[in-house]
Amino acid sequence: MSTIVFFVAAIGAIAGAIGVVALRNPFYSVLALVGHLLSLAALFLLLRAEFVAAAQVVVYAGAVMVLYLFVVSYIGGGATQLTPGGAPLRAVAGGAVLALFAELAIAVLGSGLKAIDSDGAPYVPGFGTPAQIGEALLTKFLFPFEVASLLLLVAAVGAVVLARRRAGTTLGDEPEDATRWITPRSLFTGTMAEAVGGPHRAQTEPEPVEELRS
Amino acid sequence: MSIAWYLVVSALIFCIGAGGVLVRRNPLVILLCLELMLNAANLALIAFARMHGNNDGQIFALIVMVVAACEVTVGLGLIVAIFRRRLPIDVDELRELQG
Repeated sequence: MSTIVFFVAAIGAIAGAIGVVALRNPFYSVLALVGHLLSLAALFLLLRAEFVAAAQVVVYAGAVMVLYLFVVSYIGGGATQLTPGGAPLRAVAGGAVLALFAELAIAVLGSGLKAIDSDGAPYVPGFGTPAQIGEALLTKFLFPFEVASLLLLVAAVGAVVLARRRAGTTLGDEPEDATRWITPRSLFTGTMAEAVGGPHRAQTEPEPVEELRS
Repeated sequence: MSIAWYLVVSALIFCIGAGGVLVRRNPLVILLCLELMLNAANLALIAFARMHGNNDGQIFALIVMVVAACEVTVGLGLIVAIFRRRLPIDVDELRELQG
């Protein structure tokens, strides 16, 4: 049974990987990667990594791929037609990849690890469960855990800084007008009429209530 | 299934990703191929964790996923910035590292 699941998942993962590389439209590439990640999660389950498989499906195939899809639909991936690539480059790349695979296969098949041909260590109940992973993360691997959170923060700030709108960098964008933000009252406390682009009533004409008072 | 099978699948996925990085010229697809390579490494890590009956490799795989998420956010931010400047989204055209 596990053999059948392994081969189905492995073929799915490899087909997804080939789809990512071979498909013309980046949108379909992202969808192929989603299929690849789901197949890989099945492989993780076969290897008794339950928590990693769940994180793979939820975080990777879910959140990260949605981010990809947003960006692909934002820049309109399929519309830009790339010029055809050079055939020599493809030949060289194919040769390099084949050499890399031969090297890795020799490394795997000729390794001196005795357990590599076995099904792995005997299964201990609780291996790979969220309880064990969480305990390891908060005791033995506390420092990498905290560094990872810092890295996520830096990446989030960096992405915002990189992708923000800068005046003058976009064609057809009028240069930034600093006086636009100078208002008689403090910022973001305007009226609804100002919000929809109406005139500044407080500046242009006196309020009728004040006339009545005088 | 023996662990060697998982390692062979991992090597195959890694090679496909490396070939994609070399051949494709859309930076979005290059990022996707980097994801493929990172996932192949994750598969190898988890296979070795199973082989040793030790959780540490799974923690390593989780940290790799965090780093991959960071790489994706920064890479997609770069691509959006390139698109905003109306530059061609093609790594062969983007040769100059000047602002």
